[in-house]
Amino acid sequence: MSMTKMHIRVNVNGVEREGDVQARLLLVHFIREVLGLTGTHIGCDTSNCGACTVVLGGKAVKSCTLFAVQANGKKLLTVEGLAKEGKLHPIQEGFWEKHGLQCGFCTPGMIMAAYHLLQKNPNPTEEEIRRGISGNLCRCTGYVKIVESVQYAAEKMRVQEAQVAAR
Amino acid sequence: MTAQAPIIHGMGHAVKRKEDPRFIQGRGNYVDDVNLPGMLYLDIVRSPYAHARITSINVEKAKALPGVAAVITGKDLEPLGLAWIPTLMNDKQMVLPTEKVVYQYQEVVGVVAEDRYVAADAVPLVEVEYEPLPVVADPREALKQGATVVRPDKGSNLAYHWEAGDKGATESLFRDADVVAREEFYYPRLHVSYMETVGCVAHYDAISGKLTLWMTTQAPHAVRTVASLVTKIPENKIRIISPDIGGGFGGKVYVYPGYIVAAVASILTGKPVKWINDRSDDQPSTAFGRDCYMTAEVAAKKDGTMLALRVKTIGDHGAFFGDANPSKFPFGLFSICTGSYDFKSAFVEVDGAHTNKPPGGITYRCSFRVTEAVYAVERIVDVLAHKLGIDPAQLRIKNFIAPDKFPYKSALGWTYDSGNYLPALRKAMEKVGYEQLRKEQEEKRKRGELMGIGISSFTEIVGAGPAHTFDILGLKMFDSCEIRIHPTGKAIARFGTKAQGQGHETTFAQIIAEELGIPIDDITVEEGDTDTCPYGLGTYASRSTPTAGAAGAMASRKIREKARKIAAHLLEAREEDLVWEPGKFYVRGSPGKAKTIQEIAFAAYTNYPPDVEAGLEAVDYYNPPNMTYPFGSYICVVDIDKGTGEAKIRRFMAVDDCGNRINPLIVDGQIHGALAMGFGTAMLEEIKYDENGNVFGANFMDYLIPTAVETPKWETDQTVTPSPHHPLGAKGVGESATVGSPAAFVNAVVDALAHLGVTHIDMPLNPWKIRKILRDNGIQAE
Ligand code: FES
Ligand code: FES
Repeated sequence: MSMTKMHIRVNVNGVEREGDVQARLLLVHFIREVLGLTGTHIGCDTSNCGACTVVLGGKAVKSCTLFAVQANGKKLLTVEGLAKEGKLHPIQEGFWEKHGLQCGFCTPGMIMAAYHLLQKNPNPTEEEIRRGISGNLCRCTGYVKIVESVQYAAEKMRVQEAQVAAR
Repeated sequence: MTAQAPIIHGMGHAVKRKEDPRFIQGRGNYVDDVNLPGMLYLDIVRSPYAHARITSINVEKAKALPGVAAVITGKDLEPLGLAWIPTLMNDKQMVLPTEKVVYQYQEVVGVVAEDRYVAADAVPLVEVEYEPLPVVADPREALKQGATVVRPDKGSNLAYHWEAGDKGATESLFRDADVVAREEFYYPRLHVSYMETVGCVAHYDAISGKLTLWMTTQAPHAVRTVASLVTKIPENKIRIISPDIGGGFGGKVYVYPGYIVAAVASILTGKPVKWINDRSDDQPSTAFGRDCYMTAEVAAKKDGTMLALRVKTIGDHGAFFGDANPSKFPFGLFSICTGSYDFKSAFVEVDGAHTNKPPGGITYRCSFRVTEAVYAVERIVDVLAHKLGIDPAQLRIKNFIAPDKFPYKSALGWTYDSGNYLPALRKAMEKVGYEQLRKEQEEKRKRGELMGIGISSFTEIVGAGPAHTFDILGLKMFDSCEIRIHPTGKAIARFGTKAQGQGHETTFAQIIAEELGIPIDDITVEEGDTDTCPYGLGTYASRSTPTAGAAGAMASRKIREKARKIAAHLLEAREEDLVWEPGKFYVRGSPGKAKTIQEIAFAAYTNYPPDVEAGLEAVDYYNPPNMTYPFGSYICVVDIDKGTGEAKIRRFMAVDDCGNRINPLIVDGQIHGALAMGFGTAMLEEIKYDENGNVFGANFMDYLIPTAVETPKWETDQTVTPSPHHPLGAKGVGESATVGSPAAFVNAVVDALAHLGVTHIDMPLNPWKIRKILRDNGIQAE
């Protein structure tokens, strides 16, 4: 087994971070244990649950399924990077407003999956939302209120977009 | 003009949850988020065999790996008296084996290293030699003469035999009945699959002699007491902290070997030790739910009047009897199985079996086996309806316990506090358009299309419970609340329960807000720290609102009584002349002469009457006088695809009655979540074993829990029948829908196929099972 360390540089939530990591270190452990960002969770060891979902290089990925070195030179967005200047992101607002969470364990991953979905498709149908979060398991909510949370966020983000465009 | 008074958000407000801001921003504090300086990591070597003698364990190679701090075997635990520990059901369980293993994935050796990767590297370096033994994995086989005995210390595989009801009276009703419906049901083995697996951080401080355990437990106080009794560490030197918990559903009531090994490892190494179960280790080794074989029979008159119910059950308990049951109820509250119906007599008997499978039985939002009970009765009622050719809704309506019969004494001895079943069923029927659906079904049948309608009109029993009947290891099942009001009128309230997503920080604050008129934002709710919270039995089986919630109301009322004395002093009035309205006392007849609770709180520390103690606080240990009996009626509409065999849920209407709702938003969320679990149960989930005790469904690749794509869009509604004895008229709700819904799904699918002579299909109702039935009946797959 190789214990070689590699130097990586990652832009994490807008801040350049760097460090020496073992080649085998999983991205999720890099995020949680090296960067200390514990909002990204680990729910399984078979890439099924999505609790570890983050946005890397503009795409939602399961960070348990990548090595930290694969993030080298890329932009990483975690749940901790969503709220700006003390103001919640519309997706976070949506989850709070519509009771899209209970134990909260799946929530950061769900929020990041929804973030990616709404980047690609700002006006998704219910069907598209359900598909968009189908890689993320939630055992508490029964999903209906998560769907409503994402719909709330989509609506709010479209209004914000329109306001920006009108300026 | 005065400033606008803050909104108090007491009972009935669908207020947003107070706990959410930390979760939506990634600032929850789950056990894996607890990091201490110098912390080590525990990983576990597990058994590949379901039953085998251990002939040798060689740990030398593992110990020699750089970074490994300790390797712990059963032999190391033996001198500490910890190789075996008591279970919550007065049995005992292995922590680490010294002689043999009794189920696949059983914990065998603990490896402790400086990081989790090194610990994982060391696991395969531990050399364990096994000599396989004959395996018994099916509880029905286990109870037969000559079966392999899993527990030689017990002499046989019979964990217990339990019965309830009047056998003779039931038999004679069966003898004289016009018709008897009988069916055999297997309730599959399930896993709760909380999104966060179990784990802990153990930290033993050698100087103070104090052991602190952050752990995923739903019952921190009971765990502390048991830990103290077992280890002889004084109870004041053990602190259990349940941090944020990523779902529990009953699976986090049990005490797992990993917790004990981590604590021992911390004592031995002098360092904090973290253990987080990998999912693929957690699923096959931690407590399962259900796994029982039931034969249900109902005796009835030709006109559909149901007379008697009889259920015979064999329950699998795995190698150790460790279900976290109330001690007088080895098969939980299964005797609620007469459900919503006015049976003259009933009789149930259960044989509990030991097998070469991990221990469990009571988990997965079951309200102590009420899921099995409700499934049995709601299925057999449908079997009877089909047999008699009576509409299943009409048969239920004919046999419901009439509203004027409450409090109602059931044939199996429970006193239902309240109930009014017909309005709930009527509402569900109206909402789905029941009559119309039946017409549609008739027409579709003519065209060869398959659709079904399934009803479940369940009665729950939750809120354990009255001290005379309910205890765990002798600890009476009360629960508690302590409230302290600070001089500025802000409060901190601590409870003996521990939420795992139920939203207690909000709901309990609303209860206190309702009683004291203090806005919820001024009330901090804390749970899950045995050093600071009053003693309680924890959160499971939908007991928190009925017990701790009631304690919150009672403690608030004690505070209000003291506040009255202080207000009388401040207003120079007699106590009996004061009138309470939420948030203030005023003098009868002159509402202007008033003191707010905040003013009274300040006076409690600055200007209190001479004959009264300073301060404004109270504690209440609430012993409920009875259980609460939530109920509801669910209707499921299903369309079956003849090509694929897929049963598509078209609609699912859930009308729940849980008495007065404290936070309707949270209640709705609880129902949704439990419906999804009931859906998983009915359609997808199952853990199976082969005859060698090899487990199938041991990880998230093989155990299918519902995703957003297949989960139906839930529709909910309510009726309100308050509990007459709960201080707020509330009942528990967390488990109603897991208890009530599986029968509705199955009834719908069986209803769709009933004209083919199908009377029952065991869960999960996956496409290949249904497709086979279609093919056997000559219905061509397209
Ligand atoms: S932790 Fe489950 S998919 Fe990454
Ligand atoms: S909120 Fe608990 S798993 Fe989704």
